[in-house]
Amino acid sequence: MSDYTIEAIELTKRFGDFTAVDKVSFGVKQGEVYGWLGPNGAGKTTTIRMLLGLLTITEGQAWVLGYDPQRQAKEMQAHVGYMSQLFTLYNDLTARENIRFYGQAYGLSRSALRRRQAEIIEMAGLRGRQNLLTANLSGGWKQRLALGCAIVHRPQVLFLDEPTAGVDPISRRHFWDLIYAMAKEGVTVMVTTHYMDEAELCQRVGFISEGRLIALDSPDRLKQTQMRGQVLEIACDDPALAVSALRATGAFQEVALYGALVHAVAADVHSLKPEIQRVLQQAGIGLQTMDLIAPSLEDVFISSVRAARRRPEPAG
Amino acid sequence: METEIAISAQGLVKQFRTRHGQVPAVRGIDLQVGRGETFGLIGPDGAGKTTTIRLILGLLTRTAGESSILGYDSMRNPYEIRGRVGYIAQQFTLPPDMTVMENMSFFANVQGVSRAAQRRRIPDLLEFAGLSPFTGRLAGRLSGGMKKKLALACSLIHEPEVVMLDEPTLGVDPVSRREFWDLLGTLRAENEVTILVCTPYMDEAERCTRVGLMYEGRLIAQDTPRKVKERVPGRLLEFTPSDFERALPIVLALEGATEVQSYGLMLHVFVDDIGQRQPEIESALSSQGIACAGMREIEARMEEAFIWLVRKQSQDSEA
Repeated sequence: MSDYTIEAIELTKRFGDFTAVDKVSFGVKQGEVYGWLGPNGAGKTTTIRMLLGLLTITEGQAWVLGYDPQRQAKEMQAHVGYMSQLFTLYNDLTARENIRFYGQAYGLSRSALRRRQAEIIEMAGLRGRQNLLTANLSGGWKQRLALGCAIVHRPQVLFLDEPTAGVDPISRRHFWDLIYAMAKEGVTVMVTTHYMDEAELCQRVGFISEGRLIALDSPDRLKQTQMRGQVLEIACDDPALAVSALRATGAFQEVALYGALVHAVAADVHSLKPEIQRVLQQAGIGLQTMDLIAPSLEDVFISSVRAARRRPEPAG
Repeated sequence: METEIAISAQGLVKQFRTRHGQVPAVRGIDLQVGRGETFGLIGPDGAGKTTTIRLILGLLTRTAGESSILGYDSMRNPYEIRGRVGYIAQQFTLPPDMTVMENMSFFANVQGVSRAAQRRRIPDLLEFAGLSPFTGRLAGRLSGGMKKKLALACSLIHEPEVVMLDEPTLGVDPVSRREFWDLLGTLRAENEVTILVCTPYMDEAERCTRVGLMYEGRLIAQDTPRKVKERVPGRLLEFTPSDFERALPIVLALEGATEVQSYGLMLHVFVDDIGQRQPEIESALSSQGIACAGMREIEARMEEAFIWLVRKQSQDSEA
């Protein structure tokens, strides 16, 4: 028996000549909140669909709760919840009616459903709003209702596809409080996202690009190990001009305007400080400060993706 | 030197009439964007960002207040505004069955750009947007990020002095999102275009010269990104308690912890004095058998500032 609740070994999906998911291997432990971060079209949703048994696996293997999604999808699905980014709540039903609808679809008994409805309304903070039409709920409420509907059958594994897109930060924190409360009770959660804010909240994050898993670790460790360069934040009199002057040197991986500041990225950016001073002086730009700043998860992600794209395809 | 004002609004109000009566979407906004600035209207869905942009553009009738672009009143001078402003609406889609080049000429013709000017500008804009190799590709076959870049290029065809972008990076992946913002940076740096952009992404605030944080129809803060973040009093500690549920009330009750926010399994605690409070938090928790892993000071981001400002506002209005 594997230690993992969700496990993939060299999981591959090809559509004709196109490889959407390319020999991806990972394992998620029970109660873990595991994130998959990648651009659109990187293969995130395809992977989830294979794990859910909705798409056939071209090569490799996957297990969810010990079930093979290819052969045991029916048995597995009774224990798995899925909230897609296109999650369709019925706008013309009330919050309570939506929960009842999903409960019935999962075959809950009448009494179990009554109990579950009350629990979910409480959990999602929907008390007082349970009889409002879903159409009239704001983004944060809808998101929590969608979560409630996805877990109406008490799944042991929960897949979330960009769960808090467009939701305000306060609602998003509330949503994640709920996710971690479930994880504490042993629910295993896999989140796919292209939002850094969501990825930062996962215990472990996999970076996925062009169907390949290019890094996998805790957000903190990724920042320490995956950044191919340091970020220098420069405050000067004419940031716009400074950007073009610094780009022209060709010494940096990246130079970009951040509001009134300039971010310059290079492998050993510290050693380039005298060069920066010289270039700015030559351009007649007054320099105020230069500080090394901690890279954001987004800096790290973009750096990893660019490096992976430069790397040749793995042999074999 | 007085900065020239490119976009302005005073006491701007919009109420929508619905079956349930008057619903306020924008509740009195004062806003000034100087020429050459990149101003970010940042806030969650439903905060009133799109309504504000559409009011300023004169696409919606305001209920009260004033607004203008380049000195032209939004309601009284719509044609002057249209000729000088580029706009990408939120759900804007390019005709998918036209090529990149056909899209460019189409928008140029709509804007009344002469043939001679088109021949000069279109190649420049395609180069700027990194789309030169794809002139013959159907717009419907472009990736999400490339579609947004094409939309930006199209909105610039009449050489506007001001561009208004409504959530231009929604649903765009991180790599394309960064490329799009680099384009906006170039536009500001080389063409001195004034940009008003609204976005639900807090981190995009860092790319703006000034930001307005919008919540429930109001601007709850308006300043440079750095100054907005500095408004949150105290310094920020981050740590992972071994027992989150028990740790939370203990930390909330501590003196000197001005604000406590959950962050996944971590706690973010704003304290008045880090040297004094860090050991106090550690000992208060360890006396209850709770360990705090990885305690360290971090810099507050726009997201933490936003949460703090919203909570403060609701406390102030209750008081």
